[in-house]
Amino acid sequence: MAAYRRYFCPGCGYRYDEQRGDPHEGFPPGTRWEQVPDDWACPACAVREKPDFVAEAGS
Amino acid sequence: MSVQATNAEGQIVRYTDRRRWLWSLSLMWPLLPVMSCVIVAKTGQPAWYWATWMIWYLAVPVIDHLLPPDASNPPPEVVPQLDADWYYRLLPMLTVPVHYITLFYCAWVIGTGDLAWYSILGLALSVGLVNGIAINTGHELGHKTTALERWCAKTVLAVVGYGHFFIEHNKGHHKDVATPDDPASSRMGENIYGFACREIPGAIRRAWASEKTRLARSGKGPWTLENEVLQPLLITVPLYVGLTVAFGWVMVPFLALQMIWGWFGVLTSANYIEHYGLLRQKRDNGRFEPCQPYHSWNSNHVMSNLILFNLQRHSDHHANPTRRYQSLRNFDDLPEYPSGYPLMFLIALFPPIFFAVMNPRVVAWADGHFDRINIRPGYRARLEARWGRHGSKAGAGT
Repeated sequence: MAAYRRYFCPGCGYRYDEQRGDPHEGFPPGTRWEQVPDDWACPACAVREKPDFVAEAGS
Repeated sequence: MSVQATNAEGQIVRYTDRRRWLWSLSLMWPLLPVMSCVIVAKTGQPAWYWATWMIWYLAVPVIDHLLPPDASNPPPEVVPQLDADWYYRLLPMLTVPVHYITLFYCAWVIGTGDLAWYSILGLALSVGLVNGIAINTGHELGHKTTALERWCAKTVLAVVGYGHFFIEHNKGHHKDVATPDDPASSRMGENIYGFACREIPGAIRRAWASEKTRLARSGKGPWTLENEVLQPLLITVPLYVGLTVAFGWVMVPFLALQMIWGWFGVLTSANYIEHYGLLRQKRDNGRFEPCQPYHSWNSNHVMSNLILFNLQRHSDHHANPTRRYQSLRNFDDLPEYPSGYPLMFLIALFPPIFFAVMNPRVVAWADGHFDRINIRPGYRARLEARWGRHGSKAGAGT
């Protein structure tokens, strides 16, 4: 199984960690970034959407 | 009280927030209708029931224009300290019970006193005005990421029955702001009454759809206590039913007027003026450009900013929604109103005056290019003929 990756919102710094998911948003732990819908917006600021997120180096 | 930090060059940066203690005005403001009731009891003059309106629509604009506008920003180095300061964090949370105190006290005055209809009208609209600003308190808190602040946001929005704002504002309005997709961004040539018919139902519909989508990802339907649109309603409905049981049917017009002015007179008015005509451009990939500081109207008027937790520094808020009120910045060359929100709200109620004030500013902002304006569909030719010549004359920041 591929290692879990992390992606962060370049606007506010919110971090999506595949290992932890975001259960409140409906993504249980282990939800891969590919499974997150493209139109999903950052739950903290909503100013950036999934395509704007940046993969965290080394993750 | 001053804070200090070290900048990148190793120099010490000191900053004193001159407004630190004055921010408590945001906390005191919702008590105005209570104070007016106390003055009526002392003087016997029912005209005081209208005092909140007079102060908001007349006195605050006068003070705004007497005081020099404040365009100062805190140095970036001290912002982490300002954000961590519990004094600033506590003020919006302490404002939450104040809105409830005002609702209960005024309900008691109306329910147990013998008020003439014009006094009930004045007091109900006054409570609506300050509890419309409960939506502003909920707005400041709802953008934060701590569980406590988010819970406070839902609680304070419930006082005026506008809990769905917690979802729609953050996930809908901020995502689609200054585009035709957003029911809470007004279009050039659209008057506030037409806007309200689009904005109010739009907010409810979109909040519900947003929660439905979120819950569906976990395999749940919308009728669950996890639905954050339903949660605040579980406060509002028992609250309003309880007040009606306690104080009788007079609560029905009281609460209805309170909601009407909270929803329309404050929130719709704020949404109406905040992005009027401003439009984000669509990029080649079909997505709108990210929201930039020039996609919101601003005001540096001191008094109204103190009452509104700096909401009029709206550009920085939209570009950085999680930034706290005490740290919101002014930028050069922002689209600016000629006055703070209170007077702009009043002007908005009279569409010809509002259009005369704002349309030249919108055209100047777009540098005369009507294709860059968020415009009322079907009205472009008419608006261009009427306002097009204003394009090069006024500056957007004047």
